[in-house]
Amino acid sequence: MRHIISVLMENEAGALSRVAGLFSARGYNIESLTVAPTEDATLSRMTIVTTGSNEVIEQITKQLNKLVDVIKMQDLSDGDHIERELMLVKVRAATGEQREEMKRLADIFRGRIIDVADKTYTIELTGPGSKLDAFLDALDAGAILETVRTGASGIGRGDRMLKI
Amino acid sequence: MAELELTGAEIVIRCLHAEGVEYVFGYPGGAVLNIYDEIYKQKGFTHVLVRHEQAAVHAADAYSRSTGKVGVALVTSGPGATNAVTGIATAYMDSIPMVVITGQVPTAAIGQDAFQEVDTVGITRPCVKHNFLVKDVKDIAPTIKKAFYIAATGRPGPVVVDIPKDITQHSCTFEYPETISMRSYNPTSKGHAGQIKRAVQMLLEAKRPVIYTGGGAVLGNAAAPLAEMARDLGYPVTSTLMGLGGYKANDPLFLGMLGMHGTYEANMAMQHCDVLIAVGARFDDRVIGNPKHFAKEARRIIHIDIDPSSISKRVKVDVPIVGDVGQVLEEMNRLLKASSERPEQAALKAWWAQIELWRAQDCLKYDRSSAMIKPQYVVEKLYEITQGQAFVTSDVGQHQMWAAQYYKFDEPRRWINSGGLGTMGVGLPYAMGVQLAHPDAMVACITGEGSIQMNIQELSTCKEYKLPIKVILLNNGYLGMVRQWQEFFYEERYAESYVASLPDFAKLAEAYGHVGMRIEKPEDVEPALRRAFTEHKDQLVFMNFITDPRENVYPMIPAGKGLSEMILV
Repeated sequence: MRHIISVLMENEAGALSRVAGLFSARGYNIESLTVAPTEDATLSRMTIVTTGSNEVIEQITKQLNKLVDVIKMQDLSDGDHIERELMLVKVRAATGEQREEMKRLADIFRGRIIDVADKTYTIELTGPGSKLDAFLDALDAGAILETVRTGASGIGRGDRMLKI
Repeated sequence: MAELELTGAEIVIRCLHAEGVEYVFGYPGGAVLNIYDEIYKQKGFTHVLVRHEQAAVHAADAYSRSTGKVGVALVTSGPGATNAVTGIATAYMDSIPMVVITGQVPTAAIGQDAFQEVDTVGITRPCVKHNFLVKDVKDIAPTIKKAFYIAATGRPGPVVVDIPKDITQHSCTFEYPETISMRSYNPTSKGHAGQIKRAVQMLLEAKRPVIYTGGGAVLGNAAAPLAEMARDLGYPVTSTLMGLGGYKANDPLFLGMLGMHGTYEANMAMQHCDVLIAVGARFDDRVIGNPKHFAKEARRIIHIDIDPSSISKRVKVDVPIVGDVGQVLEEMNRLLKASSERPEQAALKAWWAQIELWRAQDCLKYDRSSAMIKPQYVVEKLYEITQGQAFVTSDVGQHQMWAAQYYKFDEPRRWINSGGLGTMGVGLPYAMGVQLAHPDAMVACITGEGSIQMNIQELSTCKEYKLPIKVILLNNGYLGMVRQWQEFFYEERYAESYVASLPDFAKLAEAYGHVGMRIEKPEDVEPALRRAFTEHKDQLVFMNFITDPRENVYPMIPAGKGLSEMILV
């Protein structure tokens, strides 16, 4: 099953490699991993999307907690949460017809065109992973020149918080 | 008045003094020259100069295993650090508290492929509890404080502190923190009260109980409360390889070691019990074999461990208790004493009757009339002559199993071996660390002709520090455990397990300045051992016992099989 795990850790050099190393050493899957400092610059917050049986997820949770740099963590999938991912897609937009079609599709998905060139548009789209997938499916495969995705970031709903 | 500034190198030394370090095992090199210059000037600890960095780490590890204190090793950058890695991984697998200080190239040279540069923090990351690269002289003291704290608390383990050379030259004022608190690291030591209650209830309801103890019972200093519980309830006890000595081997409640080469009675009891209490043990593959086979028999499991990730990793347990095993057992004993309930005696009696039947198999019997020296006999004689009082280190292989099976350890921290990583070559450096920590104790290193050659250069260190270790070489001319597997599972195709050319070990020992002996007949075993421990009490004696090359370790559970699928002699 897919799980989305948030980890609050010391913003130390090498903290990311400890987590990445743990996943590779123990053979856990990583679907995506994002990390950046928080409003408190001494803290990093990481979001990991992984899959595994309940036993594997339990071990992942325990092993993450065991890392000396990890302060707190939470399996967001255990309760109500929100996930967002950012995607940038460069699409072919050479003819008037193509440009019109891309603009229309971007609007439907509430994406924004953030770069306009002679033959291409770059579209910015935010949402749950499934929405980004749906957008890519809606595009003509030949029209996609390049895509880049950040991987999911997640946060609990309402009073559900991960902080120290 | 301005406070006195110290260099980084001086600070390192002051920190080690503040931690009460007695021995630093190490080897100098370019990146640690500043630190060595300060070692030259100090008197607070003894530096032990080994002949290979791997041995420094093993010796520090054994110092820790035999004393419970944090072992300290110091090596240079690059090859110094890579040579130390096997030692670090060995300590990591067995949860041994250690601080390893590694030199690093100067900060400005990091990443430039400088001479003797290696990414020590990167290389050691998967085999340390934690590691640090110190980037500022001001960080040395707090980092070393943290390193000792992390190494010794919670589930112990090795911590590496990598210090670039320029940092040891810079100076700042020195203050060693008295205490340390880390928001990201707060190990649990007190067990959950509710779970402890449930565990006690479950123990009292048991009809076929087994107490299964591991290295955690030794590391957690739980021998006393463990003995109290077992005797109070009259329950059988078995130990893993790492747990030996945690419970008196000579006690009738003790079933011997369990696992791949465990006794018949221990493995059968383990497989057929209805309530199992695991104390600082982790159900690893060499202990329970195939978890699917293990799970076939229904039983309720209580698991006490300091490390939450050890619980329900290979086997699902019913009552997990995270905490210091000693403290948790004490709390359980308190509740047991306060309870008016007692275990059902008729059931317990029947269980013991069954266990005695299994025990009557006498699974550790061997041919005592052989014209060749049987390795088991050597270990038995060593036990008799040392009256069970020796510290015994071993290497890895058949001799290790025979040592574990035939030397009856009655006290914790006497049996020093590499259980988790199974590192050949640890025996001699382990004996060095133990002998330095216990100068008046008898220290025997039971080894094989394969393992001993993996760190034999340390015979030179033993001479320098006058370590009267007794090396018991069970020489069968084969990499015996490999040979045994080839005999059982590869139709006797002995690929590269026969060592055709061996040195004259007695002469080799003499060349290093020690006493060497070669023993070929069973009747010469006892006199040789006696001489070693009397006449040559203060010398290192290297005893080359020529043993039966075809002897196997029994019982044996083939890898991947279940506990009741033993091959018996």
